[in-house]
Amino acid sequence: MKPSAYSLIKADDLAQASAQLAENGWGSKPVAGCQSLGAMLNLRLAQPESLLDLDAFESLRAVTDTGDAIRFGAMTTHAAIEDKRVPDPSQGLMPFVARGIAYRAVRNRGTLGGSLCHADPAADWISTMPLLGATLHVLGPSGQRDIAARDFMTSAYETQLVDGEILVAVSVPKRTTSMQWSYRKLCRKTGELSHAMTSGIRDSSDGTERVVIGALDGAPFVVERAGLMTELLQGAVREQIVRQAAPELELDRRHTLMEMLRLVALDMGKTR
Amino acid sequence: MSALPITFPEVETTSVELNVNDRCYQLTLQPRTHLADALRDHCGLTATHVGCEQGVCGACTIEVDGAPQRSCLQSAKRFEGRQIRTLEAFDDDPLMAQLRAAFSAEHALQCGYCTPGMLMTARDIVLRLPDADEARVAEELAGNLCRCTGYFGIVRAILRVLRERNSTVSSQEITHAA
Repeated sequence: MKPSAYSLIKADDLAQASAQLAENGWGSKPVAGCQSLGAMLNLRLAQPESLLDLDAFESLRAVTDTGDAIRFGAMTTHAAIEDKRVPDPSQGLMPFVARGIAYRAVRNRGTLGGSLCHADPAADWISTMPLLGATLHVLGPSGQRDIAARDFMTSAYETQLVDGEILVAVSVPKRTTSMQWSYRKLCRKTGELSHAMTSGIRDSSDGTERVVIGALDGAPFVVERAGLMTELLQGAVREQIVRQAAPELELDRRHTLMEMLRLVALDMGKTR
Repeated sequence: MSALPITFPEVETTSVELNVNDRCYQLTLQPRTHLADALRDHCGLTATHVGCEQGVCGACTIEVDGAPQRSCLQSAKRFEGRQIRTLEAFDDDPLMAQLRAAFSAEHALQCGYCTPGMLMTARDIVLRLPDADEARVAEELAGNLCRCTGYFGIVRAILRVLRERNSTVSSQEITHAA
């Protein structure tokens, strides 16, 4: 199908773009790579009045080393991360995740920030950024603010962003070889949005042990505590976590997630 | 019974300047017209096929600034200032000729609907992943659907080209700006 009519608007700078979006209200959306929104436009699941084209803003593509973190411009493409054309703060986790996003032709255009703002529960970065303890930098009509990645998504396709706010960058803390990670998702076909997703990190240098369950009905579920990975080897703990993450889940999906959590815990002992 | 009055809203159009296959096209399009439709209906370049219009089937794959992209997913207007290359641009490309020969030899097409997208993707695989094995080629092909061949012929064709290129140093240097 074809999209319903919309107009494509441009702005001179990000501040103007933000003001324009705030003025236009909910019928106007900023557009980055347009790889998820494009499909929804064609299916008419989304019928915006106007899209604000972010392509012109080179600052959204800048990737900088800020000392203890890598700051990715929101329009860093999945392919740039996959190819390690940008620095990797995550000991190989981010390139691994990037390679599993959709297909190469999509990764060449789709962006980190666009995926986060689209907030499809089954997408990859929306779970990976909370896992890595990332911080999102947002520009809005009332200035800049930072949002912790784990608080960003509120429910399916809903984020904390208000009218006029634009995600400009994402800071991901640097991890050393003391971090181990695991990232598992269940797809029936390579590249499709996942049906179940679990991931975890363990860093012996600062004691971080964190697990994220994604592809739920709403926002990803984050668990973080000392000794978590050892605890996860017990079925009762896994069941408790999965029940907390998704109380209404049917039995087979619950068991799938419990098994995937066990595999995440087992992955921690492996070298990559 | 009288017919219900149907009113069609005014639709805005905009001028779009596209650089396709080193030619400049001046078009008047609606902002919602995606690139694949612009290429086929307004530039007359019909090698680019339109399949699912959801970014899944890969039939509309084209090259933008040297890297493959979907052309069905967004407004043609957003491709202004980019170097677009469609399958038509690869008539004299030695690697594409090699791929076409391999596709014929390995029965990598039947109805041909997916073939333009398959060739664009195959060329990217060969240039980007010269050491790809069968599993990697299959993984990379996940973004292109074929309902005739069952993919085995396509995977074989790409592996054949990879083998040929690894065993002989190509006399013609092929540039690829990925």
